[in-house]
Amino acid sequence: MKKKLLSMQPDIEPILKMNEPYTPVPEDFEKAAESEKESFITKAKSVSYWADAWRRLRKNKVAMVALVVIIMLFLFAFIGPLFTNYSYSIQMRGEENWPPFWEKPSDSVLRKAEQDGITFNKWLHPLGTDNLGRDNLTRLMYGTRISLSIGIVATLIVVIIGSIVGSIAGYAGGAVDVVIMRITEIIYSVPDILIVLLLSTALKATLTEYINSSTGWWPQFLNTLGGNLVGIFITFGLIYWVSMSRIIRGQVLMLKQQEYVTAARALGASSGRIIKRHLLPNCIGQLVVTACLQIPSAIFLESFLSFLGMGVSAPLTSLGSMASDGLSGLYTYPYRLVVPAVILSVLILSFNLFGDGLRDALDPRLKK
Amino acid sequence: MAGYLIKRVLMALLALLIITCVTFVVMNLVPGGPFLSEKAPSPEVLAALEAKYGLDKPLGEQLVNYLKDLLHGDLGVSFRMQKNRPVTTIIGEMFPISAKVGVFAVLNAVILGIPLGCLAAYNRGKPIDSILRVIMTLGISIPSFVVATLLLVLFSVNLKILPGTGLASWKNYLMPCFALSFYPMCYIGRMTRSSMLDAINADYIRTARAKGLPSRRIIFKHALRNSLIPVVTYIGPMTAYILSGGFVVETVFSIPGLGRYFIQSILNRDYPIIMGTTIFLAAFVIVMNLLVDVLYKVIDPRITLGSGGEA
Repeated sequence: MKKKLLSMQPDIEPILKMNEPYTPVPEDFEKAAESEKESFITKAKSVSYWADAWRRLRKNKVAMVALVVIIMLFLFAFIGPLFTNYSYSIQMRGEENWPPFWEKPSDSVLRKAEQDGITFNKWLHPLGTDNLGRDNLTRLMYGTRISLSIGIVATLIVVIIGSIVGSIAGYAGGAVDVVIMRITEIIYSVPDILIVLLLSTALKATLTEYINSSTGWWPQFLNTLGGNLVGIFITFGLIYWVSMSRIIRGQVLMLKQQEYVTAARALGASSGRIIKRHLLPNCIGQLVVTACLQIPSAIFLESFLSFLGMGVSAPLTSLGSMASDGLSGLYTYPYRLVVPAVILSVLILSFNLFGDGLRDALDPRLKK
Repeated sequence: MAGYLIKRVLMALLALLIITCVTFVVMNLVPGGPFLSEKAPSPEVLAALEAKYGLDKPLGEQLVNYLKDLLHGDLGVSFRMQKNRPVTTIIGEMFPISAKVGVFAVLNAVILGIPLGCLAAYNRGKPIDSILRVIMTLGISIPSFVVATLLLVLFSVNLKILPGTGLASWKNYLMPCFALSFYPMCYIGRMTRSSMLDAINADYIRTARAKGLPSRRIIFKHALRNSLIPVVTYIGPMTAYILSGGFVVETVFSIPGLGRYFIQSILNRDYPIIMGTTIFLAAFVIVMNLLVDVLYKVIDPRITLGSGGEA
């Protein structure tokens, strides 16, 4: 099943292909050079799966640059707020609409600051403030944090649902497998963005009402998480588990023929134990790669929803909603749109490049 | 073949039915309704309005009634945004606007995307290939609203050479069409490049080389033809997605098309319009996917359809 264009389901074709047996190419039958023969003699101690993958990943410059960018953005989002004096929601009177450090403040800004007894200093707000007097840099940090968290939590949900459903389908086979696969086919053929738009709006409104109308620890807990965030997580989990489950199913179908599974069964291990202890750990490579490619699509989708005004609600912010806010003041403050948009694009691009690199590093067929 | 076709059509109908039911239920679970605006109507008026549109009946009965009407091609009338006008008429007015922008975007994506992919494959490993690959990877990573808004900042705010809103002249089409087609263009480019590289390694290319054909002829006659099969089959779903996926671009450039209207109808809780647009767009996408899967077989006779193969 191919990836649909403009669908946010990750492209699983190359990941599924990892299962296929290696087909030799003509070069494999050429005589080995002396140097190549030497490399067959084991000199070093054997390396673990992950050490091996890491060694190959390190050679991939693009993926390493992407990894560094991802780490920097994580620091920016999670450590950065410790160094600012503001919160994302605090509104400072007299400091509205300050320009970023590379622009000169307009007369009206200076006059307003003077009226409220504040001296203008461009390093007070390096990226300026918005029309409510909130520090743009701080909001950008929190926005990146929200976008990253959504990417990771939504992906975790997808991993959990996808691996459970996929391993059951693959292991049980027969009618169970057919039914589950039909369901995934239907979800696959549905235009996902349309459904995500509908579901997330509906869940957001429903959850907000539920939180506001009832008491107890559970609604309280949902409230601290933010009703609309939970709505996005559920929506994402409901639609995007299908590609993950296909990957796991494919791998489980292959693995369950292996001798060690037969041995475990002969020893009387239950199906649940075989799946948990023997099958899933052997799917880990493909699971990690798919998850890594799922993160950028979750971030992408959240920014899309926030941009259309259906994502996180004020005063909380995300990169998408900051870009959306920037759109209204586009002609006077274009940087308010450009900065979050660029960070968002860099974030998605880095995850995509890193995911591709990881896929190549973990692909057993490319082992040299 | 016939068995496969019947199976696929049944699956498509089932998917459409499920989308209809899910949308209907989800929409009605949402607190608030189409008649609760700033001026809340009195309870009597509200009850009368609900009775008039059949909203006072139980949800199951409403759904059955809706499905019955749907079978007759009746999508109901708008509650709020264009009061009492039939949804089919509204879609009939909006869709051509989206389609006009969309068709140009599709043409742009295909006409630029395929040659770019060929160029990259032809120059594999050279700087031009690296540059094109970077651009194409960027293209599939940047969200369309970023492309759209950056274009707006550049051409309409800073350079002031293109109008930013509406569809008055041909100049208005340039930015929306490019913003819509950037992602598919890069996607097609990447796909063309990779399938071209696959084709170049095939035996028949080696044969063509062995009999002494010039490299350009090999690339454009033998390799391109075979590597275009997956690309051609993408054009169907791409069209559907471009025509339906213009939510963001239509919002950014204030184009009064179906995508923007769908967003507004969700925000306004105009149930019949939400249902109508969802069913219309979903059916469009599903039918396109179906057509392409069948076409795939027609274009490439090596592919076998039916039992086993595709699961």
